[in-house]
Amino acid sequence: MEREFLPKIVSFLCKWCSYTGADLAGINRLQYPTSILPIKVMCSSRVDPVFVIKAYLRGADGVLIGGCHPGDCHYQDGNYHTRRRVAILKRVFELLGLEEGRIRLSWISASEGPKFARVCNEFTEVIKSLGENTTKTTIFL
Amino acid sequence: MDRLMKVNKSAELAIIDFFRLLLENDRVSGIFTLRKINKDDSVDYCLVTDENRLDEAIPFYPFMPANAGQILSRFSPMNKPVAVVIKPCELRAFIELVKREQGTLDNFLLISYSCAGVFPIIKTGDEPFEKFLPSYWETVKRGGISQGIRQTCKVCEHFLPMNADITISLIGENKLDSECKMFLNTDKAKEFAKDFEGEMLEEDLESPVINSLLTKRKGEKEDLFTELSSKYSGLDGMINIFGRCIGCHGCSRVCPICYCTLCDFESHNYDYSASILEREISQKGALRLPPDTIFFHLGRLIHMSFSCIGCGLCTEVCPANIPVSTLFIKIGEETAKMFDYIPGRNVKEAIPVTVFKEEEFAELGE
Ligand code: SF4
Ligand code: SF4
Ligand code: FES
Repeated sequence: MEREFLPKIVSFLCKWCSYTGADLAGINRLQYPTSILPIKVMCSSRVDPVFVIKAYLRGADGVLIGGCHPGDCHYQDGNYHTRRRVAILKRVFELLGLEEGRIRLSWISASEGPKFARVCNEFTEVIKSLGENTTKTTIFL
Repeated sequence: MDRLMKVNKSAELAIIDFFRLLLENDRVSGIFTLRKINKDDSVDYCLVTDENRLDEAIPFYPFMPANAGQILSRFSPMNKPVAVVIKPCELRAFIELVKREQGTLDNFLLISYSCAGVFPIIKTGDEPFEKFLPSYWETVKRGGISQGIRQTCKVCEHFLPMNADITISLIGENKLDSECKMFLNTDKAKEFAKDFEGEMLEEDLESPVINSLLTKRKGEKEDLFTELSSKYSGLDGMINIFGRCIGCHGCSRVCPICYCTLCDFESHNYDYSASILEREISQKGALRLPPDTIFFHLGRLIHMSFSCIGCGLCTEVCPANIPVSTLFIKIGEETAKMFDYIPGRNVKEAIPVTVFKEEEFAELGE
């Protein structure tokens, strides 16, 4: 029997919001797939797009960046910068014919456990429909 | 209407006379220009302070041995004014570097010209391009695209300088050998050109010849871009285009925009440990070594493409003949467009990744 495809989603989560949101989802026993591999960052703006490319090229099926809602960044405007960078990143992917859909930015506050679970579920479904990332088996990258 | 000074000498002689005046009257301490090194017509950039050496100056020679914007950033700020003659794309590169605090505009008298393009760097075994020079200058007078010039120049739309104090009009000037048109764009220019002999006129730099050249180049660019995207799309496309890359990183070293002395891609930050390598190989069954070729190029595209001024040097130096600049110009135009940005247009225009608008990209973040 063929094994069901469980995506690997590298998730950069801001310590002040999304990471805590993820905790809350756990405490509340909300169900979300084990596809999420969380990495705690001090702010979403710590995520250099190069980290995303690295994850993508090393075979991550999806990359999620979680940050505080606009206006709520612990460092004032870090997340606005993140948003611009992600916009550029996605546009470059699109222009090169790469799958920009494998990259997602979501604002999830510390109290939004349910939103965290929803984003994880949704994104996992999206990635499942895209299938496995071919970078996994590409030997030249 | 622009302020124009017409001098009854060939463009090159007129500008060298101008240099002489600047040096003699101590208005500048030096002239930064292209110069002939030897009889073989080797050419380099040089800062000339001795007026007796001005005979070697060939300011409009169609060759780019390095991006002059990058060179200027390395010796700016100067204590005393220096006059520089650089190409429009080099000037735009310098503006981008000034934005990045890699230089200042103070004490430079910026002289540029309508640029008809330059010839490729001669590599071993290449035929010298001197034989094209006479027909090159004839084409400049007509406003055509000369044979033998670099692909990047053939598709360049920004061949009229932005931010020059003085613009020398070359394209479409059929009397290039007997008269020189100098546009004095700024007060600084008028100040420096005081007592320089010439007839003052009111005229526009832009002309029907310039406009038709622009249309021609836009056409060429569209064709080139279409060809590129048809060949190079998706992950396979990236592998096709960069498969030959030997990872020398020459393209980023010569790039004026890649100014970081501690480039992330030159560091050991992304090295693979033995255990990671083993894991990669066991998953893939094989691994091209060294890895991270596409990683490097994608990274550079995302970090700096919006500031690419299209000088073409990356393609020039690539030992593997990869059309690096075609890709960077194409992607760069699009990423710049997202922010209505034109690299090198205005020193006050913020680099896109240093600013934001609260209301933009609201669709991201769901
Ligand atoms: S110059 Fe050419 S071979 Fe060297 S890193 Fe750049 S693309 Fe690769
Ligand atoms: S990417 Fe290439 S064409 Fe663009 S500025 Fe750098 S060297 Fe010039
Ligand atoms: S602190 Fe959470 S995004 Fe900046």
